[in-house]
Amino acid sequence: MLFVDQISVSLANTTILDRVEFRALPGEITAVIGPNGSGKSTLMRAMSGDIPYEGNIELNGHNIDTLQPWELATIRAVLPQKSVLAFSFTVSEVVNIGLCNGIGAESNKIIFDALSCVGLLGFSQRQYSELSGGEQQRVQLARVLAQVWKPQESVKPRWIFLDEPVSSLDIAHQIEVMNIAKDYAHSGGGVIAIMHDLNLTSMYADNIAILYQGKKLCQGKPQDVMTDEWLSRAYECDLRVNTSPHPPSMYILPHLAVSRSKSDQ
Amino acid sequence: MDSLSGYFQNTGVDDRVTSGRRAHKILLVALLLACLLSITIGPVDVSLWLVLQKLATGQSLTNLEHIIFLDIRLPRLITGICVGSALAVSGAVMQGLFRNPLADPGLVGVSAGAGVGAIIAIVMGGFLPVFINNFFGDYLIILSAFLGGWVSAIVLYRIATHNGQTSVATMLLAGIAIGAFAGAISGVLIYIADDKQLRDLTFWGLGSLASATWGKVMGAGPLILISIAIASTLGRGLNGLALGEATAAHIGISTQRLKNIAVCTVAAATGAAVAISGGIGFIGIVVPHLLRKTIGPDHRTLILNSGFLGAIILILSDMISRVITAPSELPIGIVTAVLGAPVFLWILLSKRNASVW
Repeated sequence: MLFVDQISVSLANTTILDRVEFRALPGEITAVIGPNGSGKSTLMRAMSGDIPYEGNIELNGHNIDTLQPWELATIRAVLPQKSVLAFSFTVSEVVNIGLCNGIGAESNKIIFDALSCVGLLGFSQRQYSELSGGEQQRVQLARVLAQVWKPQESVKPRWIFLDEPVSSLDIAHQIEVMNIAKDYAHSGGGVIAIMHDLNLTSMYADNIAILYQGKKLCQGKPQDVMTDEWLSRAYECDLRVNTSPHPPSMYILPHLAVSRSKSDQ
Repeated sequence: MDSLSGYFQNTGVDDRVTSGRRAHKILLVALLLACLLSITIGPVDVSLWLVLQKLATGQSLTNLEHIIFLDIRLPRLITGICVGSALAVSGAVMQGLFRNPLADPGLVGVSAGAGVGAIIAIVMGGFLPVFINNFFGDYLIILSAFLGGWVSAIVLYRIATHNGQTSVATMLLAGIAIGAFAGAISGVLIYIADDKQLRDLTFWGLGSLASATWGKVMGAGPLILISIAIASTLGRGLNGLALGEATAAHIGISTQRLKNIAVCTVAAATGAAVAISGGIGFIGIVVPHLLRKTIGPDHRTLILNSGFLGAIILILSDMISRVITAPSELPIGIVTAVLGAPVFLWILLSKRNASVW
């Protein structure tokens, strides 16, 4: 389990996260949503071990502060919001960088499977820098999957942390990526995803936390959290949660008349 | 998720690693050939074959053969191998550390810092207590050059890197400032130096292997060898750093430890090289570039190959510097600049439209 216990983060004398408590279970996609500046990415960075924080974060029962980077890397992999790459590595080399041993038939197989999973097997020998932004994002996802691909008896469950994983993808690839995350969760892994798309979130997340101004507003099952009241309060505009019967699902739309009249005032 | 594929095929991920390892062998053979060529050719015509025959059969060498081969050419050759490999490996490691192909110790002030360290030891060494001079001997200049290079590298990294991201413009400008500052300190030291020290100092500006001795080889060689051995273990870490500092940490690399080791390695190798050869440019920037174009950017093979190719280019440059104006000698820094600058420009032009190097 991932347990974030009362963590606070301050940067340049500004409180970004204020005593946030957050839980996530393996086997589920846990989504974190909230408006811009609510602290979602800061929470992700704290959980990834990138920035100092007050409080306690436990992953699989270990305080992440006590783990060495290589120990943490065997438990979780992180897909950052934006990825950079220096030098002209090929697609398969980028995926390979995430692997610990890196050379040999076994890693070749993992890279093959990870690239197949994101639908980029035919791109394995292409230069990474020549790909589109969306394709690069999928290569990075393959790298993340490859890092935690091989099951390890001593490390269960393994986690993937995804910071806005579908931000630069078209609708078909958004669904593809979310299906990959769902498959990963169903295979027993844990998935934490920072999301902006409320409809995708309601479709795929098993558990949702809403952040607002550096604090957790609420956390729970989609039907409990994705309500007109919580969403309108978090995003400071009038949002309506509707339901579709075939298949049964929620979709969220802004109530434009009310939003316009509020902005006019 | 264990296996989504019903069949398996090669992704080509190991192709460039394999070619990189093949390049180890090819470059090693090329280095041996370059060594043979370098030790054979010189202003004085002495047969290498004859010398080897005498050494094999236990005959004593003539005085001339002893001086030419064992006292002049052999230490000079080994110095060339050490300095060439040290500069090229330092270039490859720095470029990986800064995630930028322009981060060469010569270009960003690390060599200048090491030079100041060496000059301080030459000029101010006389003011130190005798027992310190006796204790350190030739190592004093090397140690001082290492400290100078280390301080420059640390200052450069601190200035150019913010929140884990290195600004290229800041790095180059900081390198210019560090180089200028080092130049000012060197200027003051040269101003107060006596005639003998001035002659020694002139050597720094030009860069040369002419003053190579067994003492210098024994002083700098082990430090350079250890630095290269350590640098060759940094490959996976530097590959990870290519994805940014945060991602490198996410894949299990202790980035702070990696940076500390990389900076110390570069400072030690560059400091030792500058201490025994002065300022020799372009090796550190051109060699890794040429290799990236042929075997790819994977640091696991790039670093060692840089060492081999750097050694080859430097000993061939030294050979040219010895014979092109024989019996006098052209400073090797001129030869490496004449060979390296056009290659560097060619690389720049060929990469003008590329988004990454």
